[in-house]
Amino acid sequence: MVRFENVGLRYGLGPEILRDLTFQIPAHSFQFLTGPSGAGKTSLLKLLFLSLRPTRGLVNLFGHDVSLLGKDDIADLRKRIGIVLQDFRLLDHMTTYENVALPFRVMGREESSYRKEVIDLLRWVGLGERMDALPPILSGGEKQRAAIARAVISRPQLLLADEPTGNVDPTLGRRLLRLFIELNRSGTAVIIATHDITLMDQYDARRLVLHQGRLHIYE
Amino acid sequence: MTRGGWCCIRDGCISMSRIDQHGPLVDLGQERPQVPAKARNLSPIVPRASIAGRALVAVVAIMTFLASITTGTVLLVSASATEWQSEVASELTVQVRPVPGRDLDRDAAAVAQAMRAQSGIVEIRPFTKEESAKLLEPWLGSGLALDDLPVPRVIVARVQPGGTLDLAALRALVTLVAPTASVDDHRAWIERMRSMTGATLFAGIGILALVIIATIISVSFATRGAMAANRPIVEVLHFVGAGDRYIANRFLRHFLRLGLEGGVIGGGVAMLGFGFSESIASWFSGTPVGDQFAALLGTFSLRPSGYLALAAQAVLIAAITAWASRRTLFATLNEID
Repeated sequence: MVRFENVGLRYGLGPEILRDLTFQIPAHSFQFLTGPSGAGKTSLLKLLFLSLRPTRGLVNLFGHDVSLLGKDDIADLRKRIGIVLQDFRLLDHMTTYENVALPFRVMGREESSYRKEVIDLLRWVGLGERMDALPPILSGGEKQRAAIARAVISRPQLLLADEPTGNVDPTLGRRLLRLFIELNRSGTAVIIATHDITLMDQYDARRLVLHQGRLHIYE
Repeated sequence: MTRGGWCCIRDGCISMSRIDQHGPLVDLGQERPQVPAKARNLSPIVPRASIAGRALVAVVAIMTFLASITTGTVLLVSASATEWQSEVASELTVQVRPVPGRDLDRDAAAVAQAMRAQSGIVEIRPFTKEESAKLLEPWLGSGLALDDLPVPRVIVARVQPGGTLDLAALRALVTLVAPTASVDDHRAWIERMRSMTGATLFAGIGILALVIIATIISVSFATRGAMAANRPIVEVLHFVGAGDRYIANRFLRHFLRLGLEGGVIGGGVAMLGFGFSESIASWFSGTPVGDQFAALLGTFSLRPSGYLALAAQAVLIAAITAWASRRTLFATLNEID
């Protein structure tokens, strides 16, 4: 599903922060991406989400060489990827429900066709009573859950999550992890970038460890 | 991937049931349904009210108002000038100057008689000695003894509109009847009027062009500001897989609406101004300023076609706003990519 070959990344004329990354993300797989702060986890997630282009090497996503893709093709590929960012990126003028339903709206689906699905997911992540609330009045944990719900609502083939349990209590963290696991069981490849050793210890999965710009894989 | 509803929790385990296998979801366990699944009015993707959006409406409204005032004034001057020209062009003035040894009254009567017989002339109005003298009053004042002054006699002839009056023949005839008579068809004055009107129109169009250029520049900057404020929305739309065209359509619609709103406000205020200008002009009638304006611009009222032109201009400025926004928008999207 995802193949990196000798991929390097640098910002501007700065040093190379990711070096010679060569790995594959198989379909239906589950992995944690970890490493110290500043190791390049977020940059690697951005490469996977196609919001950054590598300065060298080959990135192949869903069978497409990314360097050959046009903007429209990239937008189409992004519809197959869900992403949860550290800063949530919820739209403040939209309710929680509308934020979570946004991927369906962008696909051009009728509101009636996804309403139940969105409401069920919101209830499941514990936001059943916050559906009509605007993000500025949500707590950090609620925003986190809304961002996760938005990323998974369209059942992406690849889910990228950057510190998805960073703002929630351990109980909710476990519950969100179960959501990711369940999503993985239903066919989505999942990559969770995290520092949280406790979280990683809860589920036996492949670990991708970034250290000094290089990637070490522990199956 | 098979679509299904989300999810059920039983004893701490999660299962994601699928509509096609198990029917629609769902046992929510402790998560009791709190909100009925009802139709919702979705918020617009680009928020309607924002400080940057209001600033853009204000900029467009002001620029449309200025452009409308310029266009309206140009149209008024142009219409008045055309009216003067057509009025003046349909008249001829014959002056019979007094010279020693000739009877001025007899010469004037003979000229008037000869002109009446001329085809193409529909009306002759000889001015009496008193009327001719009255024409000089603005320069010489009243109460003067005009008998001692060589005041020429004036005959005004109204020419058939569209007729083919032979001016050379008329001049020859008039000179034959009264050697001191001369015919003035106001050509020189009309030419001066025409060049003045042309210069006014040229200046008006120049100002209008400057206003439109200023509109494009100010709208581009205002749009850039509005886009900067909306950049998080563009980024989120990218994250959820929206293509540039989808994003551009949402924003273009938004900016076109803001442009139209500004255009309607600015153009509407200008139209109201022109609509009330007739009443305002009437308040000043009788005053020197009011009389000068009336002489220059007639009734100071726009024709219906003038209002149509102003409305079209407001739509044009809204379209310019959308176009300037489009350029800025795609530049922003390229930056984000």
